[in-house]
Amino acid sequence: MNSLHLEFDVAGNNFVSAGSASNEVKSTLKKLGTDPAVIRRVAVAMYEGEINMVIHAGGGRALVDIFEDRIKIVLADKGPGIADIELAMQEGYSTAPDAIREQGFGAGMGLPNMKRYSDEFDIQSKVNEGTTVTLSVYF
Amino acid sequence: MDKSLHTVMLDPAKCKGCVSCMKRCPTEAIRVRNGKATVLYERCIGCAECVRVCPHQAKLPAYDSFDIINNYKYKIALPAPSLYGQFQNLDSIDRVLNGLLMIGFDDVFEVSSAAELITEATKKIIEEGKIKKPIISSACPAVVELIIMGYHGLKDHIIDTLAPVDVAARLARERAIKNGIPEEDIGVFFISPCPAKVFALKTGMGLKKPCVDGVLSTSEVYLKLTAVMDKITELKPMAKSGASGVYWASSSGEAIGTGLTRYLAADGMENVVTVLKDMENGKLNYIDFVELNACTSGCVGGVLNIENPFVARARLRLLRQKLPKAENSIESEGKPLDFYRWEEVPETKDVFRLDENRLLALQKLDEIEKLLATLPLIDCGSCGAPSCKAFAEDVVNGVVDKNGCVRKNENN
Repeated sequence: MNSLHLEFDVAGNNFVSAGSASNEVKSTLKKLGTDPAVIRRVAVAMYEGEINMVIHAGGGRALVDIFEDRIKIVLADKGPGIADIELAMQEGYSTAPDAIREQGFGAGMGLPNMKRYSDEFDIQSKVNEGTTVTLSVYF
Repeated sequence: MDKSLHTVMLDPAKCKGCVSCMKRCPTEAIRVRNGKATVLYERCIGCAECVRVCPHQAKLPAYDSFDIINNYKYKIALPAPSLYGQFQNLDSIDRVLNGLLMIGFDDVFEVSSAAELITEATKKIIEEGKIKKPIISSACPAVVELIIMGYHGLKDHIIDTLAPVDVAARLARERAIKNGIPEEDIGVFFISPCPAKVFALKTGMGLKKPCVDGVLSTSEVYLKLTAVMDKITELKPMAKSGASGVYWASSSGEAIGTGLTRYLAADGMENVVTVLKDMENGKLNYIDFVELNACTSGCVGGVLNIENPFVARARLRLLRQKLPKAENSIESEGKPLDFYRWEEVPETKDVFRLDENRLLALQKLDEIEKLLATLPLIDCGSCGAPSCKAFAEDVVNGVVDKNGCVRKNENN
């Protein structure tokens, strides 16, 4: 029964507010006395996911469940979807437009980093329907 | 914690119980109880935002009265470089230093001289490559406190250099002893721009025991100095620091001194918090050195100063133009690198944790979220907590009654 559910809207094309959901989750994890190394992994993975939704999908939703032993994060969007997930998971591969790369985003490390920093990682995507990333980090 | 070591105090007669300070506090360390602001000192980082923002001057920064120098026979002043920016048309830093001798000090050791040594130590420590990048400056004690309270994951990024004032204090004391002054007669006093330094020096941040005997306020010393400075006809040459050391008073001065190109300098509490959050998210991995100052424009923005930070900063820029690049070096000082480093690493503080037991903490979080859903989420502060969330936490922690929300039913 001991679990906590949080939901966040991630606004599309808003780089100023991007990161606010992961900042909120970090602050929640700190109140639980979570190991800083775990917080860091969650922060990086979730922030990358938020940025992905901002850049590629016009926003989305982040659903966060904190259980006794782990945190599960679902990042769901109704964006353009990913045609070749295997390619998208490769480091350095990016479809971000130049204007976004000039802002320091879109280096092609988003999905690979999300996978690297999580203990469980799943990505489902359909072209023209959207993408859902589900990841878990254990405490 | 010793009560006398508080960074800010309240004048209850002046406090109107408004929410200005409470809303501004970066660690949510203030509550308004019974119509007066109260500080949860275990959360206070000494940034003095509350002092700055109080419209009624009810928040008082803590520092020692000037008279305490008279407890010692041989009095040494350690002026912060920000002090030099307080005076209009200052022709030479020597005028300030000579002035300090006239108002009662027997010797002066510029903190900016020690800052140059710390700059060199910083370069050497970065070359060693043992500290995680981006490396965070340890110079602003409010920032270090903030990290050990709220950003535990970034603690290993803080460079373990002592504050320039610590090094100045030690070197000044050594010099006095070498000149035959009995150790018990020596009193070493920092002239501080901010109350965070008062707290850090009294508790001895990074040190086994504090190394100054008192911390004076820039504004109090300023008034004494202006009374004598213009009367000095013959200036004794005393200044021993270059532009690099004096630059430490202004934001980015410390970072520029390291010669690193991949640096970031942020000043002002809100900006510091933004940068720390970005660092946690892994956004600044290409940066080598991060200089963070709680006060706007750096130490010139400290609340114990007289002049506004922008004017002081401009004056210091003009003064620096007359100075050589740097005047102090670790080699000529002859001390090992360890002399410039922390003796002990400040420990993290668990002030935001809801419960020692993680399951109970999770349960509390769940209760907080449920209560929050019934609150107006306007963060008006009328209940005495800085935000609806903070109020919900206080309720769940049993500190206040859940009926304390005064605007609960307005929009329902």
